Order: sequence, then C-alpha cells, then structure tokens
Amino acid sequence: MSTGNVAGVRSTAARSSVALHAAMAVTGLIMILFLLAHMYGNLKVFEGQQGFDGYAAYLREIAQPLLPHAGALWILRVILLASVLLHIFSAFTLWHRSRSATGGKGGWRYETTKNRRGVQRSYASFTMRWGGVVIGLFVIYHLLHLSADVIAPGGASASPYQRMVNGFQIWWVVLSYVIALIALGFHLRHGIWSAFASLGANKSVGTRRFLNQLATVVMLIILVGFLVPPLAIFAGWVS
Amino acid sequence: MNITVRIWRQHDQAAAGRMVSYKVDGISPDMSFLEMLDVLNDQLTAAGDDPVAFDHDCREGICGMCSLVINGIAHGPEALTTTCQLYMRHFDDGDTIDIEPWRSESFPILRDLIVDRSAMDRIIQAGGYISAPTGSAPDAAATLVPKKNADRAFDAAVCIGCGACIAACPNGSGMLFTGAKANHLGVLPQGQPERHERALAMVNQHDAEGFGGCTQIGECTAVCPVGIPLDVISFLNADVLSALPRKTD
Repeated sequence: MSTGNVAGVRSTAARSSVALHAAMAVTGLIMILFLLAHMYGNLKVFEGQQGFDGYAAYLREIAQPLLPHAGALWILRVILLASVLLHIFSAFTLWHRSRSATGGKGGWRYETTKNRRGVQRSYASFTMRWGGVVIGLFVIYHLLHLSADVIAPGGASASPYQRMVNGFQIWWVVLSYVIALIALGFHLRHGIWSAFASLGANKSVGTRRFLNQLATVVMLIILVGFLVPPLAIFAGWVS
Repeated sequence: MNITVRIWRQHDQAAAGRMVSYKVDGISPDMSFLEMLDVLNDQLTAAGDDPVAFDHDCREGICGMCSLVINGIAHGPEALTTTCQLYMRHFDDGDTIDIEPWRSESFPILRDLIVDRSAMDRIIQAGGYISAPTGSAPDAAATLVPKKNADRAFDAAVCIGCGACIAACPNGSGMLFTGAKANHLGVLPQGQPERHERALAMVNQHDAEGFGGCTQIGECTAVCPVGIPLDVISFLNADVLSALPRKTD
C-alpha cells in the first residue's frame, strides 16, 4: 500500500462523504437531544401560566451566578446554531455530490417509468433533503413567532405562555405546526437510524433491527410530545 | 412467448443515445434473459442491423460481467439473481421490457448496454489488497480465525464486483462495493496491519471517482445478486472514523 503522504490521505478523508455523513450524524443527534428538552419544556404548558413562564425564566438562570443571566442558554444556543450550520453545510455538499454522481437525476436517471420508487426504499429515506428544507423554513418562522415575538398571530405578549396560547388558538398556526411536525417525523425516522449507521453502529442484523425500532420509538415520542400542547390549546383545554 | 423490448441504443461514448423498441417472437420461457437478447441479435444481424452490445461472460452468476437495468431494477425483478441467471419465465407473454445500461457518471457508456466499470478497479487498486510478504503457504491452522470473523469475511468476499449497487443507488454511491472489498480484508488477521490505511485510501478513491455518499437507504442490498449485507458500509465507516484522528499507522 502507498507509504506516501499519510497526512494528505487523512486531510482528503476528512472531507470525504464518510466524514461529512459522520458530521451530519453527530450534529443531528445533538439536535435530537435539544428536541427532547424542548418537548419537555412545552409540556409545562399544562402547569399553567406560572409554571410555564417560571420554567422559561429558570432556563435563563441556570448556573447563575457562575454564568451571567441567560449565559447557559446562550452557550446552548451557540452549540445548536453551530450544529444546524454544520448539518446544513454537509447536507448541501453531499446533495451536490449525489446529483453530480447521477447526472443531476438521482433515483430518476433511468428512461423507464417502471419501478421509479426503487425496490425497498422508504418514503422517509427519499424525502430527507426536501423534508430538511421544509423543517429549516419552519424553524425560521417558529423562532420569529415564539422566540423573537416578531410575528405574533393571535397577539404579541411578553409572557411565553401567553404567546403560545394566543398563537395556537388559530387554525392555520396549528396546521402549519402539524405539517412541520409530520416532515420532522419522517426526517427523524430515517435520520436516527442512518445517523447511527453512518457512525458505524450497524454491525449485525440484530443491531439494524434495534436501530430501526429505536428510530421509530424516538420519532413517535417527539411527535406525540410536540403535538399534544398545541392540540390541547386548540381544543380549548388550556387557556 | 412474444415480447417487446425497449433497449438503450448508443453508438459510442460521445453519441447521444435513445430507447429503441424491438419485437422478439418465439421466446421459450426456459431461455435466460441473455439468450433472449441473443435471439434478438440474430434477428437484427439477419436484417442487416447492428446487434445490441451487452456485457456477459460466465453466464452462471459468478463473474459479475452482465449488467442490465431491467424495468428500472438492476439485474431485473428477481432477488439475489444476476441478469444471466434470470429466466424468461419470470415475464409474461406480451410484456414490454425496458433494458438500460448501469447509469452512473463514473460509468461512461461505451456502446449500447456496455459501460466502463474501471472506476471500481481503481478503488481496489487504491487499497483492496494486502501487501505483506507471504512467503510459502503457511500451515492451515497457523493463524486462527474466529468463526464469526471468517463468516463475515466470506459474506463480504462473495462480492462479484458487478456494480449493481451503484446502478441502483439514488445517490450513485459505491459504498456497498467499497465496504465489501475493505471489509473482507479488514476482519481477517492478514488484513490488520493495513486496515486503517486501506479504509482511508479506498474511501478517498471512491470519492475521487465521483461516486456519491451513502445515506443508508438500502437499495443497493435489494439488487445485490450475492446478498452483500448493508453492515459492510458501517464497518467501513467505523474504520475510516477511527483512522482519522491517528497520527501515523
């Protein structure tokens, strides 16, 4: 085997599709940990305004006085933003490589119209890229609405609880949220399994089955956990 | 059986190609798919037309030369079957069958259904071997190999290098092939000294050939005629990722 430029081989491999997929996997798993924490916070809506707003205030007081006000929150925000950017950068780089490898046509590169959906690929697996774009656009809208209070359907408020309850009384706010969650569900179903596989965990038939079941379970937990508060608000159980 | 085939005809690498329809009559259900093409070619030759160029060699499913995408599926509708081992009884009388070459930007079409698959050979050249001086044949039991590893190495080593995985992959990725070739050496004692260098070199060559990345969809394993498991890709990923931070090997 070539005993030449070992460092060069490594720096090339660091930009390989294997390394980029590993970056996507790690950043994706960081975002899933965030989603689980976010979901837990959302469920605080059932504790009423005091509980929910108190929890929001607490998030800004974590590790105080060691860190300044909202210090811990900003550290998490920076980690999350870096993860999101690296995830998106890797995704577009890999997307471009896949298109180049297939003459820009991906799985549609054959003349025949038969078996266009392949033999065994799942709906979740071939909607990862456009599904990711949908989720990205939703996150921008979602931050403007509930974090920054810039767009305020149902009325702006200094209280996070009030913002949430005001917003989710409107049908199209709930609908856009549900659509984004369905896109997220598909993204997580294939994303969780493929993240572990990209990191080298898929080493037997048993592990493969376990990882796929894990992906389904985590996806369902996140989906249900996020759907319950807005639907409860819309149904008038929380007001 | 009387069937219609629609075949990709392309004179050479530079020419534009198109699908052309031919009627083929009097096909026996016991004929193999390639024998059906032989009948078509006899018919074309007798009529003074150019026969359809397609790759084939052993016609018993072990050489990896035959390479047709039949109705959009590499090696056709039967699982664990090469094109040459596919029989006409799997089709119905009066069927229209679409036949195309492997499509990948790294597999230039040479003529009709024949593509140049040397990109895969260059991946092997980059590291799909061991360079330890072997001397004379060692005693059969001198180097013990756990049964599990021997089975795994064999599962990967049965890859015939046909390239169906690449033809089927929506990303045009060659990771199933590369994984199989790296894995069958990587789990055996003889392959250990160069295991990490091999993983890096082969993945780098895979990318340099212009193949896409693996998104773990699994279309490759569905069309693989010898049933290479998806695990080989995870094994290769693990080797690459553990090799990356090391200073030297």
